[in-house]
Amino acid sequence: METVIQNIQGVPLNHYILFCSLIFSIGVIGVLIRRNVIIIMMSVELMLNSVNLLLAAFSVHWGDASGQVFVFFIMALAAAEVAVGLAIIVMVYRNTRSVDINALNRLRG
Amino acid sequence: MSIFYFVAFLSIFFALMTIFAKNPVHSVLYLVITFFTFTVHYVLLNAQFLAVVNFIVYMGAIMVLFLFVLMLLNLNKDTEPLKSNLVKFMGVIAGMCVLVTLVGSFRMLETSQPVTLKNPDIGLVGNLGKVLFSEFLLPFEISSILLLTAMVGAVLLAKNDAKKA
Repeated sequence: METVIQNIQGVPLNHYILFCSLIFSIGVIGVLIRRNVIIIMMSVELMLNSVNLLLAAFSVHWGDASGQVFVFFIMALAAAEVAVGLAIIVMVYRNTRSVDINALNRLRG
Repeated sequence: MSIFYFVAFLSIFFALMTIFAKNPVHSVLYLVITFFTFTVHYVLLNAQFLAVVNFIVYMGAIMVLFLFVLMLLNLNKDTEPLKSNLVKFMGVIAGMCVLVTLVGSFRMLETSQPVTLKNPDIGLVGNLGKVLFSEFLLPFEISSILLLTAMVGAVLLAKNDAKKA
């Protein structure tokens, strides 16, 4: 464990911020360029995870456990979101026979 | 220290592979690898509880759920109609704009100190459990209601409508 602690010493906090915003932007790009609803939800998961990592990094940096507890809550929320989202996707697929988001524009009134 | 940069490179690489893979199943598998690299990040931060929870909940439960739905809907082939190149290009440009805006605003930050473990056992299960069940007891209980609601909602949405069928 000492070696692990030694390993993390010296990474600037800014590099964590840059890394997490890069992953977040990759998630945004994924939402924008894909048409498969499932992959769009996976990109949303990617964004949630980048925020989780940044919260954990700040929590470690400031020595405050609240950040890591918050990550735990975000994980519970992500699980709920995925369960409901995938159920909606299954229902939409049953009605339209595709998971293309363009098939969903019939939701406009 | 260099382990962080190596794992960060792997995370970015596999995240890019996730959004650019043509086959949805490959996409899910790349996302699993991305989450595994995130687990390594948590281990490097000595957040052991989060590492284990990330491993079990994200890689174990959520990604298996994605894979199940993909297989259930029989989407494991390249059936996705591609967006036009113009829309893709605009999407990438918009994402880069987000990145540039974020990085530009971070330049305003003061020069950062290195991340140091002030309190090495902050991410251990015992410490987090004490915080969770003292300070955050009410949100914890409310999140259980959230999970119950999500479960009921998912079952209601996904179950066959008996009257229609």
